Amino acid sequence: MFDLVSFIPRAVVQSVPLLLGCTGETISEKSGSLNLGIPGVMYVGAISGVIASFFYEQSCGGHVNPAVAIILPLLACLLGSLLMGLLFCFLTVTLRVNQNVVGLAMTTFGVGFGNFFGGSLIKLTDSDVPSIALSATSECFSKGLPFANDLGWFGKIFLSYGFMTYVAIAIALVTAYILKKTRTGLHIRAVGENPATADAAGINITKYKYLSVCIGCMIAGLGGLYYVMDYASGVWSNDAFGDRGWLAIALVIFTLWRPNIAIFGSLLFAALYILYLFVPTGGSMAVKELYKMLPYVVTIIVLVVTGMRNKRENQPPEALGLPYFREDR
Amino acid sequence: MDKNKEPLIHITKRSDMPQKQAWLIRLFAIVAALIVCAIVTTLTTGLDPISVFSEMLDGNFGSERKVWILGKELAILLCVSLGLTPAFKMKFWNLGGEGQVLIGALVTAAIMLYLGETLPNPLLILVMFIGAVGAGAIWAAIPAFFKAKWNTNETLFTLMMNYVAIQLVAFFVIIWEVPKGSGKVGVINQTSMAGWLPDIGGQKYLLIILMVAVVTVLMHIYLKYSKHGYEISVVGESMNTARYVGIKTGKVIVRTLLVSGAICGLAGWMMVAGSDHTITTTLAGGRGFLGIMVAWLAQFSPVGMIATSFLLAFMARGASEISTAFQLNHSFGDILTGILLFFIIGCEFFINYKVHFRKKEGGIEHV
Amino acid sequence: MRNITKTFGSDVIANDNVDLDIYRGEILSLLGENGSGKTTLMNMLSGIYFPDHGQIFIDGKEVTIASPKEAFEHGIGMIHQHFKLVDVFTAAENVVLGLEEKGKLDLEAASKRIREICDTYGFDVDPKQKIYDMSVSQKQTVEIVKVLYRGADILILDEPTAVLTPQETDKLFRVLRNMKEDGKAIVIITHKLHEVKEISDRVAVLRKGKFIGDLITSETDAQEMTNMMIGHAVELNINRPEPVNPRPRIRVDGLTVRTQDGVLKLDDVSFTACSGEILGIAGISGCGQKELLEAIAGLQPIEKGSISYVQDDGSSESLIGKDPLEIAAMGVSLSFVPEDRLGMGLVANMDLTDNMMLRSFRKGKSVFTDRKTPKNLAEKVVDELDVITPGVSTPVRKLSGGNVQKVLVGREIASSPTVLLSAYVVRGLDINSSYTIYDLINQQKENGVAVVYAGEDLDVLLELCDRILVLCDGKISGIVDGRLAEKHQIGRMMTSLGGEEVG
Repeated sequence: MFDLVSFIPRAVVQSVPLLLGCTGETISEKSGSLNLGIPGVMYVGAISGVIASFFYEQSCGGHVNPAVAIILPLLACLLGSLLMGLLFCFLTVTLRVNQNVVGLAMTTFGVGFGNFFGGSLIKLTDSDVPSIALSATSECFSKGLPFANDLGWFGKIFLSYGFMTYVAIAIALVTAYILKKTRTGLHIRAVGENPATADAAGINITKYKYLSVCIGCMIAGLGGLYYVMDYASGVWSNDAFGDRGWLAIALVIFTLWRPNIAIFGSLLFAALYILYLFVPTGGSMAVKELYKMLPYVVTIIVLVVTGMRNKRENQPPEALGLPYFREDR
Repeated sequence: MDKNKEPLIHITKRSDMPQKQAWLIRLFAIVAALIVCAIVTTLTTGLDPISVFSEMLDGNFGSERKVWILGKELAILLCVSLGLTPAFKMKFWNLGGEGQVLIGALVTAAIMLYLGETLPNPLLILVMFIGAVGAGAIWAAIPAFFKAKWNTNETLFTLMMNYVAIQLVAFFVIIWEVPKGSGKVGVINQTSMAGWLPDIGGQKYLLIILMVAVVTVLMHIYLKYSKHGYEISVVGESMNTARYVGIKTGKVIVRTLLVSGAICGLAGWMMVAGSDHTITTTLAGGRGFLGIMVAWLAQFSPVGMIATSFLLAFMARGASEISTAFQLNHSFGDILTGILLFFIIGCEFFINYKVHFRKKEGGIEHV
Repeated sequence: MRNITKTFGSDVIANDNVDLDIYRGEILSLLGENGSGKTTLMNMLSGIYFPDHGQIFIDGKEVTIASPKEAFEHGIGMIHQHFKLVDVFTAAENVVLGLEEKGKLDLEAASKRIREICDTYGFDVDPKQKIYDMSVSQKQTVEIVKVLYRGADILILDEPTAVLTPQETDKLFRVLRNMKEDGKAIVIITHKLHEVKEISDRVAVLRKGKFIGDLITSETDAQEMTNMMIGHAVELNINRPEPVNPRPRIRVDGLTVRTQDGVLKLDDVSFTACSGEILGIAGISGCGQKELLEAIAGLQPIEKGSISYVQDDGSSESLIGKDPLEIAAMGVSLSFVPEDRLGMGLVANMDLTDNMMLRSFRKGKSVFTDRKTPKNLAEKVVDELDVITPGVSTPVRKLSGGNVQKVLVGREIASSPTVLLSAYVVRGLDINSSYTIYDLINQQKENGVAVVYAGEDLDVLLELCDRILVLCDGKISGIVDGRLAEKHQIGRMMTSLGGEEVG
């Protein structure tokens, strides 16, 4: 009765924004920056891509070159998220403002930014529905692997996704490798664990914090872009991205700051997120709303359980959320 | 070898800036923010910033009614911030203001709907009040309990509680929707006006404003002069010290969050009983987050929060006014608010730190 | 390396026109009271701080050291008093941290080089061990390896022996001598005179940020160094009045304590603390002193055993399972000066008045706090103990270490306790403040208070305490008479049970 073959692909596409957001936030947190602005960053990333592709589609009147259609929004998205990352770093690292406060302000700003420009574009199109459809671009983004349709359920579950899905998984794996095995990763972790020590060892704290947060924001921004271009088939409507940014932050704790685990963690969250569509509720809309509570309730349970375990390796970076000032005595 | 390798900028902490100078810096930041807002406005909308600002002023002070609405918005935002303050003073990151407001509103609406016909109005309002305050308190005490018992990360727990509350409201909205399928509850008790707060002196919002004024004074006294307030400060400054002098930190955390949630629930009650008379999932409207800004900017001083909540309520009201006047998207206000916030929080740096620039001669210039 | 000249001038003058020479193949002691600017001076050499004025010359060439990295490039390495290690990393990860070597990160190769360095100078580190599993002296070894790994030939050690046992100190000194033979320049920051005599070739003295002078160690004596350090001669002896009518006050029997992670911290500890005497507690850091004091104060859950408070009439009551409030409710006046003054004993951001209230704010039925009584108390403490502060409404974090401690001790003895527990009360204090504190403790003893004094300086323990309880790894190694015991005997007891040499 429960249709796994259609459930899994839907869970996978649902999980990609979470995975990208979570990977980005992990990099940022590993360097000691708790960036609560990620939801805003993802909105900005998404809308930047949308703006770029909107004007590209307008300019070429429907006949898009696939390579340009992908690269333009991608670059715009990375640029938009990078600027948000720089803003966060400037305020928290250079001006040493409380990270949570900046993060919250960035979320207010970013969501407003996304919705304002989204709304403005909608007005430009003069359409009846409050959304923009970028179907040509979306087609390039969501094109599955060529032989996906020939391989039955296997193709459907593993090969039917747009390229960004595979990119997201690759990013997660590469991030996990870099954090664990390379010198750069070692330095990032040292900055997040004990900045005074890292400083004494000659590591440039400011540089690594800027680097981690900005790269983290760019990866998270891609999550927003993926949502519009692939998941939502190129349709932007205001507030549609919802609370996925916050779930991505929660996922970081759930996956113990390990992007490789996040691949499965995000899939689990995504599955919970869409479960209400697959569970028979006797047609009651109201009960479906209760099912939508699931991912949040599970997050809470996970928080409680991880809080109760006390293994040293599974704790958050020790200096998470704290500003660093060398001459602070 | 060469003197130029001396760092260009040298930063030291300062703790001695006079209040007057600090407020000047903040004022300067606000002015700078407004200039940037003006530039952004012109660039993105092509409108003349002066007319946009004057429209914002007009939207807030243009008519008596608009002033009352501003007063109500200020009062409710201030109420939420006052609720969040004791938690933040204890360094408990209560991001759950949204949920606590919503759950208070939900209980208020439920009582209005189910008991509206049976109870006399004063009693009904009282029951709604108790229900809302109690629900908000419990909603905040749940994460507090886990924090106290297992040191569960409260930032994300309270955040998730918001969504649980939203879904709960979504569930009841569908059950209560009028007409069926509309997805809206509509105005509750529109004809009987049962459970609506009474007008005072012909003013609909005066009661709310007065109540929040009282809460402000009480909170100021509670934090500054009561033993509870003292315990909150000690726990917030140092858990270890609290333990050392025998303060039961778990008890203080739960108790403080009961207070915190109760006041947020009260805000929900005000919105349903006193102003909106309906319930939606977006009723809290980000006040739970904005309230943190209000409290933080005022450095958790209830009196200072009157000023900061005025500033943010003014921005929000002004933004909604320009969005109708110039047919801009409502979210434009969020962008302007965001810019304003970045400037104000950024300027704290110049209050807390001293920047020394290297001078050509190698001496030090104090800024 | 010649002619390190530095000048400073700012609102706080940490170092004032200091000239200092450091030579290769020599061990230099940098001597001075706390707050005399020793560490600040060296931090400037290692790139942590940047000097406001002055020049640094290495081998005759002027250099600028703007960051720790540049210090390494000049071959300068510093071992800080508070170890700069990342707890969740392994020793090898900590050693390579911050190095920008070519190629990919190869921890295996790094481990091999670490072992080579260890073999050369004679120490022992497991490159794969996590720092949080290490003892203090192991951590210090990792720090030294870290500096050597970078090829440093100027080593600065900031109070390296403060946390070591005499035996570990001897070992460290042997290693340092090996390095000296190797032609390295070594600077030891210390305020222990006998170590200066033992290890260094030359001694430089700082006082209040000023360079006072340097001497060849073999040509000077303790009195001369002290005079230079303090500026005027002080009596080195600490008072030790005879205990008056000692009676058992706190009886601890079979006390066993485990941390939350299940690590055994105290194992079957039994002793009695008597009124009118000072019971010293000696031990290497982290061997259970903290848990012992916190267990008595009601802050540490215990696994087994009993702690009882003996009244004057001989009747006793158990303190087990009671928190500080319940203990106070029993009518037991127990004061505790914890190790972490600003993190536990006081609230750094609160003013003197509010800190005085910490113990007493609950008094009375009113829901509001009474700030008048604590304000008077604060004024009294400031007055009687000569606390230097702008006023009683100054946050305590703005006071200097000695004054902070006076505030804390002043509050704790204000409640006229019958038991006074103290942990490392003079750590980080200058000599004058230390003596003020010793006097206060002695006063309490003469008032018949049972004083428990956990300390790290064995010389002080031996001069101040009537009896000394020596802990070794959570067990009682022995209790000795403070008047008769000998320092190395205690040192041995700290490292092996009963003080027998381990074979």
